[in-house]
Amino acid sequence: MRVTFTANGKPVEADDVWEGESLLYVLRERVGLPGSKNACEQGECGSCTVYLDGTPVCSCLVAAGQVQGREVRTVEGLSDENGELGLVQQAFIDAGAVQCGFCTPGLLVQTDALLDADAQPSDTDIREALSGNLCRCTGYEKIMDAVRLASARKCAKAASE
Amino acid sequence: MSTRTIQGEKNLQDIRQASKDGIGGSPLRPDGTLKVRGEFAYSSDMWHEDMLWGMALRSPHPRADILSVDISEALKLPGVYAVLTHEDIPGSKFYGLEIQDQPALAIDKVRYHGEAIAIVAADHPETARRAVKKIKVEYEVLNPIVTEEQCLAPEIHGYVHEPHEYKSHGSGNICHSQKLVHGGGVTDEIRALADVIIKSDYEVGMQDQAFLGPESGLAVPAEDGGIDLYVATQWLHVDRQQMAPVLGLPEDKVRLTLAGVGGAFGGREDLSMQIHASLLAQRTGKPVKIVYARDESFFGHVHRHPAKMTYEHGVTRDGRLVFADARIVLDGGAYASASPAVVGNAASLGHGPYNIPNVRMEAIALYSNNPSCGAMRGFGAVQAAFAYESQMDKLAEAIGMDPVELRQLNAMSEGDSMPTGQVIDSPAPVAELLQRVKDMPLPPPLDLENLDVRTLPGALSNTSHGEGIVRGIGYSVGIKNVGFSEGFDDYSTARVRLEVIGGEPVAMVHTAMAEVGQGGVTVHAQIARTELGVEQVTIHPANTEVGSAGSTSASRQTYMTGGAVKYAAEAVKAALIEKGRRRYGWTQSDITLSGGKVVSESAGPLVPMVDLLGDEAIDLTREHHHRPTVPFDKETGQGFGHVQYTFCANRAVVDVDVELGLVKVVELTAAQDVGKALNPLSVIGQIQGGCTQALGLAVMEEIIVKDGKVRNASFTDYLIPTILDTPPIPVDMLELPDPNAPYGLRGVGEAPTVSATPCIVAAIRQATGKALHRIPVRPEHITGTL
Ligand code: FES
Ligand code: FES
Repeated sequence: MRVTFTANGKPVEADDVWEGESLLYVLRERVGLPGSKNACEQGECGSCTVYLDGTPVCSCLVAAGQVQGREVRTVEGLSDENGELGLVQQAFIDAGAVQCGFCTPGLLVQTDALLDADAQPSDTDIREALSGNLCRCTGYEKIMDAVRLASARKCAKAASE
Repeated sequence: MSTRTIQGEKNLQDIRQASKDGIGGSPLRPDGTLKVRGEFAYSSDMWHEDMLWGMALRSPHPRADILSVDISEALKLPGVYAVLTHEDIPGSKFYGLEIQDQPALAIDKVRYHGEAIAIVAADHPETARRAVKKIKVEYEVLNPIVTEEQCLAPEIHGYVHEPHEYKSHGSGNICHSQKLVHGGGVTDEIRALADVIIKSDYEVGMQDQAFLGPESGLAVPAEDGGIDLYVATQWLHVDRQQMAPVLGLPEDKVRLTLAGVGGAFGGREDLSMQIHASLLAQRTGKPVKIVYARDESFFGHVHRHPAKMTYEHGVTRDGRLVFADARIVLDGGAYASASPAVVGNAASLGHGPYNIPNVRMEAIALYSNNPSCGAMRGFGAVQAAFAYESQMDKLAEAIGMDPVELRQLNAMSEGDSMPTGQVIDSPAPVAELLQRVKDMPLPPPLDLENLDVRTLPGALSNTSHGEGIVRGIGYSVGIKNVGFSEGFDDYSTARVRLEVIGGEPVAMVHTAMAEVGQGGVTVHAQIARTELGVEQVTIHPANTEVGSAGSTSASRQTYMTGGAVKYAAEAVKAALIEKGRRRYGWTQSDITLSGGKVVSESAGPLVPMVDLLGDEAIDLTREHHHRPTVPFDKETGQGFGHVQYTFCANRAVVDVDVELGLVKVVELTAAQDVGKALNPLSVIGQIQGGCTQALGLAVMEEIIVKDGKVRNASFTDYLIPTILDTPPIPVDMLELPDPNAPYGLRGVGEAPTVSATPCIVAAIRQATGKALHRIPVRPEHITGTL
């Protein structure tokens, strides 16, 4: 089948999609957006998290056919049009929250969604919101730092605007 | 909350200010930007036009004779390009890290659940999956040899490998053994010197590395008949060394380039898909990509050895250890992998960082029909640490002494001997590390009035509102060796090039080091900047065009490859200064490179490096070999076997729901001597990550194997700690330089994984009063409903 949708604001189409293919597979192998990661393909690790119509979902659990005509935003779409890193991306780098980085794309999307909903989450809120994203390298401490840093910068930015 | 976040920004400024981008600073990762953009190419992102997908058929039985394999139906499927069995292998059919006992594809029999029997290449992963299902294998299923008793009675239960099937094969189903005797050993007279003797059995389950990036890569057939492989691994050269004979190629026709690695932790030390993808590429003449699904990843790599241990310690009333007697049985599974080295570590490190006058030890690894076990973070030191630290707590309790005090009283320090007779010739601040974790402030007590159920055991499941929750505190310390031991000539190679690009001096660092997430690439740039006084450093992709860097394991890469980069950079610096001396006739003895200039420390700047270099590049390669070690004597365990030791102490605070058996680790504190922190931000990240894997082993992580069959090969059923399971991990870093190591540094990554598990269990014991002799601790162990 043919599937058309928008990815990071641009229309994309994929041909010869087998009906069992996931959105994750289509993004990674067919439309040249390998940023979302394939760690479990069972909805357990969150590495494949993308926005689907503005809501973060595990793209490995979404059948390709389900995204027909819908809007997908991936980690590649977190930077702005000029390629400037998004606030959450920058905070992850600055805080040392990236080691192997395989969990990072999913965590970035999930954190972006969290801070959109609540710019100043408590530590427990952060832990709750990110509990579906596994990271095997960092011990999460620096990820907490990164989210707090992104939150602070976001609040500072809002205050100065 | 706002105070927390402002503090976050301030910490960052501190880090930035300290950061000179050279060693001791914390410049940011050179690959960080690509990683947060989603543009960093991991091995599973490799892509080639016209590529095929490879997949393996794996055995559903742990032990069976293969009567026949019929691939005809699979070959008929449209889109299938090749189906291969061991008969199609052009070269040697076996490989292995230490013993070549593992067939690249099963021959006549399978020895573990998940062993690869045949491989397929097809135009779509789903086609490959369907083809794999169409391969018909007839088995004669045999009783698996899975318990210690079965393994040790081969005349009744059989052999996992026929005796003497391989040259270096051990005897019976014992893959490797190591004994150790120190002082007077353990005799009745020595036993009589102790006032209190404690003897217990301990058990450690099978832990998995569970790196997130699946085993994957792309093999591309080359015009010269060779193979170019882009792969996630820990050691490019040892992969090649094992692959080439199987592919029937000379080593120089097997070229490996490191593709992005999504974590490793020892699980990528053995081959996984490398040979399979290459065989399929050779046969089809097309690029072949293999990406393991998560279940295949659980079958496709070796795990941490599960262990059964018996420990006996004697102590005097005033807390002096008199003797220790231990037996460690590690289940190595079907193939040897790194079992011999793991046994060496277990035996030599198995009594912990303590001075014990009389010691006896026997460690063995078994061959069985369980999944193969090999390298995992902490490598042979983790299992024993659970046992000896549990013993320390029991001894302290028996004589009514504070458990930290007992440890400190017996702690080894610089100048003391290991039970192997090796004198520790660099700082060993064991007692001090314990003191440091003890002195760190405790988290506030449980506040039942204002509690957020999400912070309690059971967390989001809302299982308690504070009733039945008891807090406990535990301590531990551990010891780990750094680098490869027992006479292994462990070396690394680095090439450093200095040239003028765009009017600036630029250094290029080329090594074959596998960057698996640990941050070696950052440190290499820091070293080059420090030694060459330049700002711009590029890191060449890691590949087999340069000499071996050895493995990214054993906490050795900063020590070994970092050392090689240092020596190569020093050589480049010396060559540049020599060039200046010849040209300008400098006579000063204090010439060095700094800020892009050649400078004399007394006379100031001499010439910009750019002018001195001109169009010429200085390009030099150096190897770093650490000081030689020797194999342990097989019977006595004596010998200078390890290069360097590293120590970490922990304190755990836990809340336990004693009714439901649920545990929440509230805080896990670490103090570690890192010799010299080349990059403090990365060092702390490594310690926190290591602690978290230890937490996993303490309370949740285990591959469940029943009768040789793996029951939980998924992230649904094999649990690794989430951010909700993981507490704050404050780290206190000590920097006591090791005079024998580059920059005085000490390997970092593994020690916390050795030490943090026992302290969590100790804290649970303190909260519950349960003995807890097995890890991971499960709810039923706490509630007693087992
Ligand atoms: S890959 Fe989708 S949740 Fe793990
Ligand atoms: S950084 Fe490796 S999994 Fe998170």
